[in-house]
Amino acid sequence: MTDVTMTVNGKTVSGKVEGRTLLVEFIREHLELTGTHVGCDTSQCGACVVHVNGQAVKSCTMLAAEADGGTVMTIEGISAPDGTLSALQQAFQDHHGLQCGFCTPGMIMSASALLKDNPKPSEAEIREYLEGNICRCTGYHNIVKAIMAASGQDVSAIAAE
Amino acid sequence: MPDGGIGASTKRREDVRFLTGAGNYTDDINLKGQAYVHFLRSDVAHGRLKSVDTAAAEAMPGVVRIFTGADFEEIGGLPCGWQVTDKHGNPMQEPKHPVLASGKVRHVGDPIAAVIAESVQQARDAAEAIVVDIEELPAVINMKDALKDGATKVHDDLDNNLCFAWGFVEDNREAVDQAIKNAAHVTTLELVNNRLIANPMEPRVAVGDFSRHNQDSTLYTTSQNPHVIRLLMGAFVLGIPEHKLRVVSPDVGGGFGTKIFHYAEEAFVTWAARQLHRPVKWTSTRAEAFMSDAHGRDHVTKIELALDADNNFVALRTDTHANMGAYLSTFASSVPTWLHGTLMAGNYKTPLIYVHVNAVFTNTVPVDAYRGAGRPEATFQLERVIDKAARELGVDPIALRRQNFISEFPYATPVAVEYDTGDYVATMDKLEEIADIAGFAARRAESEKKGKLRGLGVNCYIEACGIAPSNLVGQLGARAGLYDAATVRVNATGSISVMVGAHSHGQGHETAFPQVIAEMIGIDPSMIEIVHGDTSKIPFAMGTYGSRSLAVCGSAMVRATEKIINKAKRIAAHLLEVSDADIELKDGKFSVAGTDKSVDWGDVTLSAYVPHNYPLEHIEPGLEETAFYDPANFTYPAGAYACEVELDPETGKVEICSFAAADDFGNIINPMIVDGQVHGGIAQGIGQALLERAVYDDNGQLLSASYMDYAMPRATDVPSYKVDHSCQTPCTHNPLGVKGCGEAGAIGSPPAVVNAVIDALHSGGHDHITHIDMPVSPARVWAAMQR
Repeated sequence: MTDVTMTVNGKTVSGKVEGRTLLVEFIREHLELTGTHVGCDTSQCGACVVHVNGQAVKSCTMLAAEADGGTVMTIEGISAPDGTLSALQQAFQDHHGLQCGFCTPGMIMSASALLKDNPKPSEAEIREYLEGNICRCTGYHNIVKAIMAASGQDVSAIAAE
Repeated sequence: MPDGGIGASTKRREDVRFLTGAGNYTDDINLKGQAYVHFLRSDVAHGRLKSVDTAAAEAMPGVVRIFTGADFEEIGGLPCGWQVTDKHGNPMQEPKHPVLASGKVRHVGDPIAAVIAESVQQARDAAEAIVVDIEELPAVINMKDALKDGATKVHDDLDNNLCFAWGFVEDNREAVDQAIKNAAHVTTLELVNNRLIANPMEPRVAVGDFSRHNQDSTLYTTSQNPHVIRLLMGAFVLGIPEHKLRVVSPDVGGGFGTKIFHYAEEAFVTWAARQLHRPVKWTSTRAEAFMSDAHGRDHVTKIELALDADNNFVALRTDTHANMGAYLSTFASSVPTWLHGTLMAGNYKTPLIYVHVNAVFTNTVPVDAYRGAGRPEATFQLERVIDKAARELGVDPIALRRQNFISEFPYATPVAVEYDTGDYVATMDKLEEIADIAGFAARRAESEKKGKLRGLGVNCYIEACGIAPSNLVGQLGARAGLYDAATVRVNATGSISVMVGAHSHGQGHETAFPQVIAEMIGIDPSMIEIVHGDTSKIPFAMGTYGSRSLAVCGSAMVRATEKIINKAKRIAAHLLEVSDADIELKDGKFSVAGTDKSVDWGDVTLSAYVPHNYPLEHIEPGLEETAFYDPANFTYPAGAYACEVELDPETGKVEICSFAAADDFGNIINPMIVDGQVHGGIAQGIGQALLERAVYDDNGQLLSASYMDYAMPRATDVPSYKVDHSCQTPCTHNPLGVKGCGEAGAIGSPPAVVNAVIDALHSGGHDHITHIDMPVSPARVWAAMQR
């Protein structure tokens, strides 16, 4: 067992993990932050995306021990402490960018990383960036629309509803 | 009227918890003292289990108990909920489906042993130490080979691999044969409806719990219909009476049909918790999901459409092989029969139809309902053969469809259903407008300048939703009623809890259902809360599938609310000292007609629970009503879809340029949610048409058992969609006039895509290509072009 310590959503946390414990297991099982989801076992679906040291990563593809000493942000850390949704979260609600909600935390974490790097992405850039996040419910239309709206762009160019 | 009643695109209240990571999915549930189970699954498709030696595994760290098939020999098998009668009047062959494999393994993924340990890692480690001796048998994979004389049998105790041969309508068979023989033109098409895997993003999870205090069992599970699971598991598998068994389906991360069924893992964890007196949890990996979630589609069909000299459809004949997989999943037998044959008329007045289906056992994962269930299979055959006929006859495919549309309602089809209402001309007109069909030639010319071939594919669809009238489905073999139910509990202060049989796993019931009651009473929707997914709270009802939630459960909710309003009016009449007939309810206020006397909703609800000034001799206190609603007919959503593709003749790659859908869903409660349902359905239909295919090799190995091999549609694979549902012919037999919208996109879109690809190829001079099976991959297109 290895001791790990990291900052998660602004709080210092520590725990004992096996060498093989994945970051997502540490987040879900040790920290009981169950907003981060596991949708596959091949690093394809993106339901487990979190930010580590400011980068979007699939937390099923990283060992907990690798995040030792790092700074982690999960979906639980995105909205304001009083519960107010971030602009991106609000846009997802406004534009019906989620249905069952299972892929949603990963979508929000990926999309927020995209907007940090590229504040005004085109529709094609958004679709390209989301290659690693699978949604089975929405057909992506309203996710793309929500991300464009969150970046302050006109969404009327996205085909009518 | 309050804001947010019927017709408002109210933002979803459930979104807040999902957007902040506060959803409560089954895998988020961890019970004190829980153990974890890992299933050791067969890695061969077919074999005789000679021995399962668990001794070494039992000595591994953390192992609590290991169970095998021997522990389940006295326990019931997983039941099939629909008995199909074959064309000779005999019941289908129905094999036992044990919880853990016994005697034989019959597909890759069949569970052999269950290892329970203190952690999931320990359970997995121990499973590797189990020694299984299997005498491998030839795998039965190809359906036609499975039916040959002398073929290896999947189930030794059955006569052969034929579950049933179904003819529908058998009395029409000779007349159809004769009409086809005498027709001016017959178009024939052989096609495959590819095998798919539903792949909701949340894998299945089951947590069993047992209370020594009162001997009650609880199962937390990822289900679309917790009462169905309680009924099937309690009554047929484990023998636990309903009042001692609770099934809870909390937030569920998508279903698409594959979470309707009762699965072995659910029965196992419930049973094991009773043996061990501690909770037992199972969380599926995605790899396990691929080889244990029921698959969908997998039909191989020959279809013949006969036309007269004026291009009127005169007869239709189909012959289908439908894969059942290794066992009969919960509703498997209903899919290629009653959910498929009854839709073969489509939107067209074809007077004579005969559908023949061989349902076949193979050494593959069981196949059952997947979004659309039978109706996409019917629509694909019909809309492809019509397109081929139009090409053979040199007529416009839209004109050929229009010429043969059913135009008078109600319309009794020759395949046993009666469409109550519809307007297929209106949806086709709307489609031509929103898809700008008139501008296609110019867009094709632009594509050709870039060296691309452009194709336009159009099709119609109809579906039977709102399943279903219980007396009818009972005659057809259903082993359950298919009503739904709602309890409306008005609280003393006027807020309302509504306990519903429908289950929301993405459909937004928590937002849309209150819109209906808010409209009826005239109060703010925020005063109304939907409770679902817990058999200890909701009335016994059948759950969510077949686009039925609003049409059936919503109707029950309306009926219960009507009872509430009737009683509330009587209370109001007492308070206002007038007769019941003089009371009007508007905007949450009960008033005396023609006067300014009124009492508010809250005055009446408080009076019901604090009955000091109350007609107790005539009216019971309280304000809570339940209604069960059994639909009089199916509902028949219909529409027209158009797809434009660009095809690269150098590579065979197909790109979707645009997709338009004009649907008639009858009345609509929340247009935003309806749009979203159609978007998602279209993406799944595009996935089927271009990307997805569950592939077995000849040995029965599932080659597409991960997202690296099974091509799920990604954001770059699909376009933005144009969807319209302004054409509305309200359902005539349910109180809301609603039809259902959940499956339409997945039913209507695959033929549009394939029709577009064939159109593109013909525009490039590849006239010899009349069909390409789905998924229309670049390799398949390119190969067809080289022939």
